[in-house]
Amino acid sequence: MQNGKDVKEALNKKASYGPDIDLDDYKVGTYTPDKVDRLESIPGDVKERMVNVGVMPCGTGRAGTILFNDNGPVHVSSSSDDIELMPIRKAAKIYDLSEYLWKAVPADKDKYTSKTYIEDSDGYFIRVKEGRHVKYPVQTCMIINRNKQMQNVHNIVIVEKDASLEVITGCTTKKHVTESLHVGVSETYIKDGGSLTFTMVHNWSDDTYVRPRSGCIMGKNSKYVNNYVILNPVRSVQSYPVAYLNGEGASVKFNNICLSHDGSEIDTGCRVELNAPRTSAEIISRSITFGGRMIARGKLVGNAPGAKAHLECKGLVLNDGGLTLAIPELESSIADVEMTHEAAVGKIARDQVEYLMMRGLTEEQAVGMIVRGFLEGGIKGLPDDLKRDIDAAIDKANLGS
Amino acid sequence: MLLKIEDLHVEAGGREILGGIDLEIKDGRTCILFGPNGSGKSTLLAAIMGLGHCRITKGRIIYNDADITNMPIDERARLGIGMMMQRPPNLPGVKLKSLVGAVAGECDIVSRANEFRMDKFLDRDINVGFSGGEIKRSELLQLTAQSPQFLLLDEPESGVDLESIGLVGKKVHDLLYGTANCDRDKKKRVSALVITHTGQILDYIGADHAFILIDGKIKCSGRPADLLKDIRERGYKECIQCRMVKM
Ligand SMILES: Nc1ncnc2c1ncn2[C@@H]1O[C@H](COP(=O)(O)OP(=O)(O)OP(=O)(O)O)[C@@H](O)[C@H]1O
Ligand SMILES: [Mg+2]
Repeated sequence: MQNGKDVKEALNKKASYGPDIDLDDYKVGTYTPDKVDRLESIPGDVKERMVNVGVMPCGTGRAGTILFNDNGPVHVSSSSDDIELMPIRKAAKIYDLSEYLWKAVPADKDKYTSKTYIEDSDGYFIRVKEGRHVKYPVQTCMIINRNKQMQNVHNIVIVEKDASLEVITGCTTKKHVTESLHVGVSETYIKDGGSLTFTMVHNWSDDTYVRPRSGCIMGKNSKYVNNYVILNPVRSVQSYPVAYLNGEGASVKFNNICLSHDGSEIDTGCRVELNAPRTSAEIISRSITFGGRMIARGKLVGNAPGAKAHLECKGLVLNDGGLTLAIPELESSIADVEMTHEAAVGKIARDQVEYLMMRGLTEEQAVGMIVRGFLEGGIKGLPDDLKRDIDAAIDKANLGS
Repeated sequence: MLLKIEDLHVEAGGREILGGIDLEIKDGRTCILFGPNGSGKSTLLAAIMGLGHCRITKGRIIYNDADITNMPIDERARLGIGMMMQRPPNLPGVKLKSLVGAVAGECDIVSRANEFRMDKFLDRDINVGFSGGEIKRSELLQLTAQSPQFLLLDEPESGVDLESIGLVGKKVHDLLYGTANCDRDKKKRVSALVITHTGQILDYIGADHAFILIDGKIKCSGRPADLLKDIRERGYKECIQCRMVKM
């Protein structure tokens, strides 16, 4: 158990990866943003930003919506009895959350978790009741409103026994916001037989720093699919979620799709600990650098017999000048595990481009088609909305080499 | 003249593969290109198409009075040149449907994939894991979507089983006589340069003229049936010696 003193000391603790950030450069939690009673009343430009990160601005086709502006919850609505959806500060008043707070992510991990702990940051609380299968996704949206703002959130998702849920979370900045910092601690608990699909889409301004800190604790035969997508310019993202497969037969799948533009630095990946027998994991990462820096990490730790896991990291380099680094790691403490990895970094094959040009496509169209196939190929079950966003981002990126 | 190649020298992989090709194809004609393995037939087609692995060191390629020697591939495609590759590359992640749809434009070719027995392949990645015969049918489907005015066909029938050869032959025929695509090209007779070893494709299309390519040079030319007979009966070497005398 972390004690308050250690956590306070961690305020000076740099993260293991990514450029260090001076937290004093940003304001935090100094005001209460206005509530949004009806989603319809959100201004058009903000709606547009929401759509870009997969959030339905009117809540259609969603079981529930929770919206944060900077550090405050501004909207909560839900149409489903199967879920509880509320700000975490409110949930803490109703329930004893001690078994969920700072259990999947240690508070003294680094300065970002420490800051979130000290600020006692609000965030979303989503719980699916036991045995319930929520038909529509729950959506959450985190918006940074003010320049020089630090958004600090602490989220908890609980999937009770034999329940299932899909969460779509979009994080973005308002149009006029340039410099900002997003720190999001997310703790996820999937109990025995539970299933969660969690899709996170980021669309920041090109001077935003992003430091998510996520952990997921998984029970027996539970399932977790995590999709992370970032397509637009950002200053720096560094994230390294961890999944702890503690129950027998648990399985996890991480899919990452990242575009690193000129001036962006994306350092992302995940660690999976296969701590129980017959657990399995798959990490798939597809990245493209247009002159930005892209670090794709992945670590599989096999600690129990019958564990099976695969890690696949593929990077396309479209422009010179950036950096692409794939760091796959496999670690095992016992004999009866099967873990593999595959990593490939390279440019687009010329013969493929020419083949498509031979059919009359321009070079730009040909490259776009190959890039789209590269990003979406190998990742099964991507939501259609997301595919459309990916297509749009590829169209927007200037691919003519 | 539709195609005029003058003293074409081509390098691939750092050595000269074609050492001075002169060749002419009249509009509306189908020509056959014979030649032993490794003689440079596919390289010649690749050079006409403009594929990057061939480096033209000398000579010119004139198509419809335009010098296309250094023209980008997609511009050649837009001029109406279309090619069926002998060994096309794999395109992981790119679905056959996406390409055919993009190339066909207004004309709905995707829904006609069953005619090529390619309907079950529309959602497959192009060429990835395709068998030899499947590659041929996929190439023909793509060419049909493209509807070119000048076809470069690299061994359209090789590796195709006896049952499918009829289908392949018919589709090549349709391409040549302009009946494959939508109405837009119905009138015009398409021209072609076709590589074949066995001559089997000649059961399905008429051919006007043939060339024999050996060691990167056109060594002789004549009527397709005559040349094929000579090659069958006497092999390439003798065939050429004999024809050289005649010429
Ligand atoms: N990119 C390349 N790098 C190195 N050598 C090449 C390359 N392309 C072609 N060649 C060589 O050029 C020669 C001619 O090849 P090409 O494919 O044109 O032959 P072909 O006449 O089509 O033969 P086949 O009947 O076997 O298809 C061969 O010896 C081949 O190995
Ligand atoms: Mg060949």
